[in-house]
Amino acid sequence: MNKSDDSAATPPRRDIKTLVNAGLKRRHAAERRFRWYGLTAISLGLTFVVLMFANIIGKGYPAFWQTYIELPITFDAAVIDPTGTRDPETLANADYAALIRASLRGLFPQVEGRRDLRALYGLISSNAPHRLRGEILADPALIGTTQPVQVLASAEVDTLVKGNIDRTLDESLRSISDQEIAWIDRLTADGRLTKRFNTILFSNGDSREPEQAGIRGALMGSFYTLLITFLLSFPIGVATAVYLEEFAPKNRWTDLIEVNINNLAAVPSIVFGLLGLAVFINFFGLPRSAPLVGGLVLSLMTLPVIIIAGRAALTSVPPSIREAALGMGASKLQMVSHHVLPLAMPGMLTGSIIGMARALGESAPLLMIGMVAFIVDVPRGFTDPATVLPVQIYLWADLPERAFVERTSAAIMVLLGFMILMNGLAIVLRKRFERRW
Amino acid sequence: MLSYLLLILLLLSSAAYYLGRNRAFRVAGNHIRNLHSLPSFYGSYTALWCGLPALIVITVWAVLQPGIILELVVAGLPPELRELPPDRLGLVLNDIKNLVSGNIVSGAPDPTILAAAEHYRNLQLTGHVCLWIVALLLATAGIVHSWRAISPKLRARNRVERVVTLLLIVSSTVAIFTTIGIVLSVLFESIRFFHKVPLTDFLLGLQWSPQTAIRADQIGSSGAFGMVPLFAGTLLISGIAMLVAVPIGLMSALYLSEYASPKFRATAKPLLEILAGIPTVVYGFFAALTVAPLIRDTGTALGLQVASESALAAGLVMGIMIIPFVSSLSDDVINAVPQSMRDGSYALGATKSETIKRVLLPAALPGIVGSILLAVSRAIGETMIVVMAAGLSANLTANPLQAVTTVTVQIVTLLTGDQEFDSAKTLAAFALGLMLFIVTLILNIIALHVVRKYREQYE
Repeated sequence: MNKSDDSAATPPRRDIKTLVNAGLKRRHAAERRFRWYGLTAISLGLTFVVLMFANIIGKGYPAFWQTYIELPITFDAAVIDPTGTRDPETLANADYAALIRASLRGLFPQVEGRRDLRALYGLISSNAPHRLRGEILADPALIGTTQPVQVLASAEVDTLVKGNIDRTLDESLRSISDQEIAWIDRLTADGRLTKRFNTILFSNGDSREPEQAGIRGALMGSFYTLLITFLLSFPIGVATAVYLEEFAPKNRWTDLIEVNINNLAAVPSIVFGLLGLAVFINFFGLPRSAPLVGGLVLSLMTLPVIIIAGRAALTSVPPSIREAALGMGASKLQMVSHHVLPLAMPGMLTGSIIGMARALGESAPLLMIGMVAFIVDVPRGFTDPATVLPVQIYLWADLPERAFVERTSAAIMVLLGFMILMNGLAIVLRKRFERRW
Repeated sequence: MLSYLLLILLLLSSAAYYLGRNRAFRVAGNHIRNLHSLPSFYGSYTALWCGLPALIVITVWAVLQPGIILELVVAGLPPELRELPPDRLGLVLNDIKNLVSGNIVSGAPDPTILAAAEHYRNLQLTGHVCLWIVALLLATAGIVHSWRAISPKLRARNRVERVVTLLLIVSSTVAIFTTIGIVLSVLFESIRFFHKVPLTDFLLGLQWSPQTAIRADQIGSSGAFGMVPLFAGTLLISGIAMLVAVPIGLMSALYLSEYASPKFRATAKPLLEILAGIPTVVYGFFAALTVAPLIRDTGTALGLQVASESALAAGLVMGIMIIPFVSSLSDDVINAVPQSMRDGSYALGATKSETIKRVLLPAALPGIVGSILLAVSRAIGETMIVVMAAGLSANLTANPLQAVTTVTVQIVTLLTGDQEFDSAKTLAAFALGLMLFIVTLILNIIALHVVRKYREQYE
């Protein structure tokens, strides 16, 4: 009786072994499967990274080149300077578009009729006359001569030359007609089309014409906004971190501050935009669309990041440093400012740079405070109307022209470039000054 | 203007620092041991006396000046203009302000407004001149006062340190004021909104079409402000995002912490975290121009009716964005599970995946749930992706192939473009903001609570 009970509770050793061995194959298969799931998940994640970068770079890199058309321009004295006085005023107000039209008619003498001629003139960007005026004002001796001048081609020409318009499509489905394609092919065959590095992208503000639109205005807007953000959030963030970590007594008040900081870090960014609209613009009456307000809003958003990073940096400084300083007779403030803060500074700077990189990419709260306006002028101060790079990307992404898609991707590449630069700087700082105690 | 004044003040303060320090040397007869504090503290003492009072005056002045000037200008207007209803008066004042800043004004300005603008400009100039005089006088007075006060017995260090500690405390309250500012700004406007639209209509209404009639005789635009379709849309898109992010994020965290070699981990983890650093506007662009057309074309090829701004596209891309968020949070949680629990499981003969499934995941579950909640709150508050890739019409649907709209999209569309400030339409944005704030706050508090509770278990 007793014996059989025992055998029921613990079966013979051989049985366990066979039992385990029988299940082993299945269990190992499950193990491999699980491992494979994990690897798939990671490769999916990495594929997304690669896909996004490939997609954006593939779309954006052609935007760094721009098509120019070389036209033989006759600087006709009768058009530019009928009186012959070389008066700068007359020179500045002359009808330079007429020179371009004359040159185009000279190249394509067979084109007739108003509509066809207008289509022909449309090959050239509307800013070309400004260019001619600039050349004449710089060197009036050109008047009366014929010079080959590189003028900016229109966005359609540029898109066709870059191969982004399907020539096999029916004419009515394309933004460019068969006739225009024939003209462009003629110009290409004559070697009059050249592709040059797109300096306009970096030197112009926004424009309705894709070929003249640039990101300089947005870049300057981002610069002013981030400057305000840094000037406000870095000192306040460092001061808060120092207070909470080194001076604050443990009581309800400091607990409240800490809870607040943690919650602010998780508040959706658009709510900060509402705060900016209601408090800074409607209550304090600060100007809309200004980098000043944008910077204020972004600094409130960046503050928790800097405070949290700053506190982590302060806690990593060993207490022995503090005790030694106090032991030598330093006051508490001297201990912090002469010993603890310099040691914690690299960590604080790293955190701030990462916070600034996030602020650079932030756009939702800035939509609320009116930084979405169409602004052509490059801002020159903290209260000028401005937009920032991510918002410029948002604005361009809405526009239907193919040439803007390209420019949007290029702007994204510039933005990502800045972010990589800032994060790289943070990594270098950390590597260079990281100290293990 | 103001920046020059601040710059001058900065220069004055640094001059005051040297003045104070030299003075301290002098009164001590060039023997520092006679002084109570180090000479630099006397310098800082002087600099603080020079800069701080002036700075406070400038701040208060800058905040108050526009309001006071406006009051004065209104008081100076002819009575027939002053008695206009507030909104008309606002238009007149806007014209005046535009004239002052040299912008284009609507129509030809009439002489009274021109005069008012001139008055405004004069007042502004007077204000600026007064501010300069007051600020510079205060700065000089501060220098003179502290210069006189400096003596070997002056406890400069203690005083400077008290001021600095005070400044530290003031900085740390900025976070509190920000929270108060957020709550008050959305609360006040929301209360005004709920005077126009009853709270129950807002919370329970199934219709959202925020068009209100501007004139009484307009038809077809009575406006419906029911937020249910918006929250349903938000939840649909966030749900799709979580379906993408949670499996991928969790499995990559498990693989990286349990299986991967240190070398693989060191390269794969930062690469995955690149996804967290990409600005959301880039994801929005990707969703709107690449993913949405792709889904639509695939759907059409399969014979499905797919909206060009489908919830699926926005949700998928948002999911990609949240992957690193889920993975790094769960990575922390998984690493916090003590090694002894793993070792115990291995000793009993369990394979790695069995250990993960039967020991690790149950132990880490609260933390993982917490991190998923944080990710959900992030998805609900996400703006740019949905603004660019989701629709504008409020559909109450669970079909991911249709276009839905979200709370954040509506806030953006209501507040960008032309706005009249007192209409229910603009106020509705603040009410939505309040709801968004409350929902994300609750989610965060629960998540933080769960995570913290869990952490205490193993410490």
